[in-house]
Amino acid sequence: MGLEEAPLSLANAPTKRLNMIEAINDALAVMMERDPNVVVFGEDVGYFGGVFRATAGLQKRFGKTRVFDTPINECGIIGAAVGMGAYGLRPVPEIQFADYIYPGLDQLISEAARLRYRSAGEFTAPITVRSPFGGGIFGGQTHSQSPEALFTHVAGIKTVIPATPHDAKGLLIAAIEDNDPVIFFEPKRIYNGPFSGNYDTPVEPWSRHKDSEVPEGYYRIPLGKARVVREGEAMTVLAYGTMIHVAEAVLAEKGIDAEIIDLRTLVPIDIETVQKSVEKTGKCLIIHEATRTCGYGAELSALVQERCFYHLEAPIERVTGFDTPYPHSLEWAYFPGPVRIGEAVDRLLKA
Amino acid sequence: MAERPSIDEHVRGNLPPLSLHVPEPPFRPGDPVDYSYLTIPPAGAQPRPDEACDPAETHPLCHDLIRVLDDEGRAVGPWDPRLDPETLRRMLRTMALTRAFDDRMYRGQRQGKTSFYMKCTGEEATSVASAFALADDDMVFPSYRQQGILIARGYPLTEMINQIYSNRADKLKGRQLPIMYSSREHSFFTISGNLATQYPQAAGWSMASAIKGDTRIAATWIGEGSSAEGDAHAAFTFATVFNAPCVFNIVNNQWAISSFSGFAGGERATFAAKAVGYGIAGLRVDGNDALAVYAAMRWAANRARANKGPTLIEHFTYRAEGHSTSDDPSAYRSAQERSEWPLGDPITRLKNHLVALGEWSDQQHDAMDKEHIEQVKAATKEAEKNGILGHGLHHPFHTMFEDVFEELPWHLEEQAEQAIRERRIKWPTWKEYD
Repeated sequence: MGLEEAPLSLANAPTKRLNMIEAINDALAVMMERDPNVVVFGEDVGYFGGVFRATAGLQKRFGKTRVFDTPINECGIIGAAVGMGAYGLRPVPEIQFADYIYPGLDQLISEAARLRYRSAGEFTAPITVRSPFGGGIFGGQTHSQSPEALFTHVAGIKTVIPATPHDAKGLLIAAIEDNDPVIFFEPKRIYNGPFSGNYDTPVEPWSRHKDSEVPEGYYRIPLGKARVVREGEAMTVLAYGTMIHVAEAVLAEKGIDAEIIDLRTLVPIDIETVQKSVEKTGKCLIIHEATRTCGYGAELSALVQERCFYHLEAPIERVTGFDTPYPHSLEWAYFPGPVRIGEAVDRLLKA
Repeated sequence: MAERPSIDEHVRGNLPPLSLHVPEPPFRPGDPVDYSYLTIPPAGAQPRPDEACDPAETHPLCHDLIRVLDDEGRAVGPWDPRLDPETLRRMLRTMALTRAFDDRMYRGQRQGKTSFYMKCTGEEATSVASAFALADDDMVFPSYRQQGILIARGYPLTEMINQIYSNRADKLKGRQLPIMYSSREHSFFTISGNLATQYPQAAGWSMASAIKGDTRIAATWIGEGSSAEGDAHAAFTFATVFNAPCVFNIVNNQWAISSFSGFAGGERATFAAKAVGYGIAGLRVDGNDALAVYAAMRWAANRARANKGPTLIEHFTYRAEGHSTSDDPSAYRSAQERSEWPLGDPITRLKNHLVALGEWSDQQHDAMDKEHIEQVKAATKEAEKNGILGHGLHHPFHTMFEDVFEELPWHLEEQAEQAIRERRIKWPTWKEYD
């Protein structure tokens, strides 16, 4: 861990146990307290506190002109955020499900991502778009998608995905403070507890996981810094969000001494940590839940090949969702679970 | 750059500070409910312009409320569609069956038979009476709360339940969230989980029908909440430009999950009034009055069929239940809203009308309700033979890869093989297509 991430004062800071929703709520509250320019809005986020409760209590605490419901219009939500950012506010809009972000794409891709560039820094879009993403809750094709690669492909947008309550709070604070537009995707399957990938076993609450210990008050985890979840020698696993926990469980069960890296920020990626690890292990497994073709794993695979080719002892493995819409009843056949990951691990070990 | 004041020094001279208006619904949990602020005109008082009239002639109706059934259960005024008692009874039965179906499916979700359900309680007239006023082959582009149309068009309940259970007989192969039906045979477009996307599609379908010199029209539904989406603007613009034979319905049920209609502009104007700006015909109708809904839809359908262009109909109604099984309305609205709703319940009102005509009785009504309970129960049992939502064991894994494209490309072939291998590893005794 870098100094920035764990200053002496933070290591001794009081903590409390939070699930991921509570950690996100806490980050929003901390930032709204610190910076009067932070405003939070989106569908159902005001009085009701969000369909996943991420903004619960904020309207009561900070007032209706800083936390409010919006019309059902994602283009408007993001476009208004861009305008508020141009004024000098620091908007944190919520898109209720990542699957609903598409009507706002023009405002994100053509506007937010390029304001700084096209105005030579006169105008910027210091906005953080929060949105739950990913499957595993029987949400069907319109409540399950992982569209992160659509955003990592766009020049000028940062993409951040936390995997624990601890990181969710620190990364969200850093994202809000960042002066560039940030897409902050929250893996909704692990809102209430980490997920081993075994859907037929009881849900574990976050309270039993060490990373549910979240420092109180203000702290930030810098964007662009990965987290080494576990050090190891046998292979490097590159993942983020829900798949961190699935990977941990599968590799522990198989007894593999893998180095698991939680990327946390996809753009800009912490290439140094990735490179150092693959050079050490010589093997690389990439996991994401999103569809495979042109997924973020393709970029990771290219980066590793370009930078670590002479250290590789086996072809890079990619484990992903299939190239189909997210099905309802076949959800668990779609999900890149323990069997799919296990087979890739075996192939890497045999090589 | 010139020196500019920082954003916290925005007060200049003696100008008053600006303030942001954030809408607030009139009632929150625990509040007593008083709807006296709503203007409810008497039934029968609204003029009925000619179906071929200039759109502007309808525009006063966008600020009015077309009503047919009065408080005594009589059908009054120029909008009375004068339906025969048999048609009225069929309409009543269809609405009551829709409600019985909703009740049972809701319970089924609570019992763990499926993941999700959405009721249309209190809004049955907006879909059932509309369906009665359309031809059965007019194309409908519904939102997720128009199950009444499918039931009115005779789609088998068992098929609906198969879809809701995502079971092995589900014609959509378990791919869609429960209630996202599709039936080309019943001219019922595949429901999307994304809001308002069907609106410009309906405009396009009706334009195609006009291009081809067909006689079929299109009708589409959204809620007042999703009328805020850009798709609605796109739809109205295309419809007015091309005079599309399409009926646009906005079901104003007051609530979009937790956001009241004020978050879609309802504090400033009616939803029907959007028609004024686009220069299309507009009607605002008591959505809990099946006869008024029928009459308005009939008017709009006749107009469209006569090449006189699109109509926007606002159905003023109330969402009596939660948004879905994932919602808890007691967290954001007063429980009294439903009981105090000044336009009553659509089933009760049509029933009272039939009773007033001497064409129906309480005994017949009770018998019908019992019959519906049995009918839905039987359909449920039939559907359960095909399974309930499980962990995907109902559908051959290969079906996940079909219909992504017309033909399976190599990479999906490979992925399908992977999926089937994974299933064999997880369930060694499983056989494909068993």
